[in-house]
Amino acid sequence: MSEIPPKQEGDPNTTGHSWDGIEEFDNPMPRWWLWTFYATIVWGIGYVIAYPAWPLVSSATAGLLGYSTRGEVAVEIAAVEEANAGINAELAAAELTEVSANTELNTYAVSAGAAVFRTWCAQCHGSGAAGFVGYPNLLDDAWLWGGDIEAIYTTIAHGIRNEDDPDARFSIMPAYGEIFSEEEIAQVVNYAMTLSGRTPQDASLVEPGSALFADNCAACHGDNGLGNTELGAPNLSDAIWLYGGDYDTLIETVTYSRYGVMPPWTQRLSEAEIRAVALYVHQLGGGE
Amino acid sequence: MNTGTFNYIKLVVLALATLFTMIAASYARDLAYQVHMILFMVIAAGLFLVTLRATDEPARPTPTHEYFDSVVRAAVIATAFWGVVGFLAGTWIAFQLAFPALNFEWSEGYANFGRLRPLHTSAVIFAFGGNALIASSFFIVQRTCAARLWGGNLGWFVFWGYQLFIVLAATGYLLGGTQSKEYAEPEWYVDIWLTIVWLAFLACFLGTLIKRKEPHIYVANWFLLAFIVTVAMLHVVNNISIPVSIWGSKSVQVFSGVQDAMVQWWYGHNAVGFFLTAGFLGMMYYFVPKQAERPVFSYKLSIIHFWALIFLYIWAGPHHLHYTALPDWAATLGMVFSIILWMPSWGGMINGLMTLQGAWDKLRTDPVLRMMVTSLAFYGMSTFEGPMMSIRSVNSLSHYTDWTIGHVHSGALGWNGLITFGALYYLVPVLWKRERLYSLTLVSWHFWLATIGIVLYAASMWVTGIMEGLMWREVDANGFLVNSFADTVSAKFPMYVVRGLGGVLFLSGALIMCYNLWMTVRAAPAKASLGTAVPAE
Repeated sequence: MSEIPPKQEGDPNTTGHSWDGIEEFDNPMPRWWLWTFYATIVWGIGYVIAYPAWPLVSSATAGLLGYSTRGEVAVEIAAVEEANAGINAELAAAELTEVSANTELNTYAVSAGAAVFRTWCAQCHGSGAAGFVGYPNLLDDAWLWGGDIEAIYTTIAHGIRNEDDPDARFSIMPAYGEIFSEEEIAQVVNYAMTLSGRTPQDASLVEPGSALFADNCAACHGDNGLGNTELGAPNLSDAIWLYGGDYDTLIETVTYSRYGVMPPWTQRLSEAEIRAVALYVHQLGGGE
Repeated sequence: MNTGTFNYIKLVVLALATLFTMIAASYARDLAYQVHMILFMVIAAGLFLVTLRATDEPARPTPTHEYFDSVVRAAVIATAFWGVVGFLAGTWIAFQLAFPALNFEWSEGYANFGRLRPLHTSAVIFAFGGNALIASSFFIVQRTCAARLWGGNLGWFVFWGYQLFIVLAATGYLLGGTQSKEYAEPEWYVDIWLTIVWLAFLACFLGTLIKRKEPHIYVANWFLLAFIVTVAMLHVVNNISIPVSIWGSKSVQVFSGVQDAMVQWWYGHNAVGFFLTAGFLGMMYYFVPKQAERPVFSYKLSIIHFWALIFLYIWAGPHHLHYTALPDWAATLGMVFSIILWMPSWGGMINGLMTLQGAWDKLRTDPVLRMMVTSLAFYGMSTFEGPMMSIRSVNSLSHYTDWTIGHVHSGALGWNGLITFGALYYLVPVLWKRERLYSLTLVSWHFWLATIGIVLYAASMWVTGIMEGLMWREVDANGFLVNSFADTVSAKFPMYVVRGLGGVLFLSGALIMCYNLWMTVRAAPAKASLGTAVPAE
């Protein structure tokens, strides 16, 4: 069965065995291969002496260079923090409304704020800050809790409707499904649609809806639905809708209410970082 | 023990298994477990009936004068089949990443990326690669020992038991019966089943080695034995866990925290080392000299690189955990052993490539040999890239990026894929006693489609990997991050499309291969000589 492969002129000796016709030459190992192998071993011995490598009973050899990955990153972080320490202190102490007049401080704050935003805020508000359903767009002129720099700072520092910060901004819209009949909800929604100049789904319901709105909704949203930033009550007369302004979504919002939450950032970010991200958001385009 | 007694024992075991799985299926706490128990029950009941019907039949004499090739043929078919399944799944999930809308709403929880990704990795590594290894180790060990496979029908148990494992793993992933261990996702009862099958595999292989008629053990068998033994050890240790209930699929790992991570990557890296490297080197050591019809380049090199590879690989796992909770000393050792591993890995490439000395001209005429040589080139490339990526400072750029994905695929598609295709092209004419392959032109097509596919895949992942690594660490003059994570994701989009196209090419090549192999069996002229497989010298 076994076919012996043809030996050629100048072939070296084989080891003398044949398995199913396969033989093996008795060639030496290539020198370059062997020496490179030795070189990596020598390098390896040097490396384990220089760096932390061998486990002992309750610790490990530290290596002659005293290197550690945590130490390395700590040095990098410390260098950045030291370089920015002065300007961070200045930012933390500055009057927020006056930062924009100080070009150097403002440039620093905005680039720092952008980095904070990309790390902590982009998950909900989007990396371009354009928001998402349920997460406000920070580029436009509509502000639930106020769009001046102080208001934005407060919102970021304490958050909204969270249980972690007693100073969190707080307000609740009642779930009208427990108060109104379905008919009444339909009436008030049809009326609300006219506030932003749209055609209601059923014009006959607008009139009774108007009365319901005045008695129940106007306290927070205002007589003309202009909203109230003191209470986080959205403006209903513009084209901006956090959860959607179509008829079905409005029915859902009025029936079940909404409860958007934002965490407080004082527990995670430094004063300078919170100010920086507030200034960044403020200058995005919609700041008041 | 005579056949009659054995049959009675078999009947009792199968009846008990049917009963137990029936109870288990009715008490099942989750869907994956229930489906699996019903599957076990149907198989056990079916085998019970078959055994019962055959009880009084006269036992068929076991052929001893020829090689046990029917099981190898089955494993060859399974390799081609699972290969196409795995490549298809991979191509599909590549497009799911490029176009998230392909994660259809109706398929959430079954066929979204998260569920299909382990399906893809297990299908290519364990179903395609595993069947290729079963086929070639059963083939090689018989030929190079000049002995019939030990264990009689145990070979069939290994084959069908392994296919059952694949089906259990794949359906478990889709139904959510998984543990969070990469490349070891199947739950506890599937792990136990695989352990049984694997020990049977070891018994077949070892039994054949022991009763060999050749005085020495051929190098391919060293690698294959190392693969089988080490994978058994890795599988058992990494899957030590306690089931929450014997009526459910969920289990809790015995190791926790960083110890669990270390055990996982000790397993994960050595799955690469012993499954995808040692096992496939065993294939290489048989099929390359056979196809080239030349002796292996150097016996000395094979013995040194074998022992160096076996000794060093097992320590390299911690390089998957640089800059994590793993202590620095462990990471250092992982990195140092990875770098020393470079030359032992290359020993296999050198021995394979240099075997072509005096036969290089065959590359012009033999596309199968070309495929094997290209696989060795990809092997050499990824075993250089691997040690390089294990260096701490390189890893700080490459870790968690697509570079890792590119690295894995240049190894998996280039090395494991191409050497397996080469082996299949060699095996099918031999196993089905055909004069030659149906078409060498189609092999050439397959070669070029696969190679271009791999290049598209690897190159696009290098670009996105290094790009996202640089974007993640990019800081401005004050030390602030410049990019958000979402920015890096959207920047990768064009390269994700290129990657998907690479997958399409690779898959098309495999489909051409299946057609070619099918036609070889159907239409190629039968081999004239009947000098068939006789396990005697």
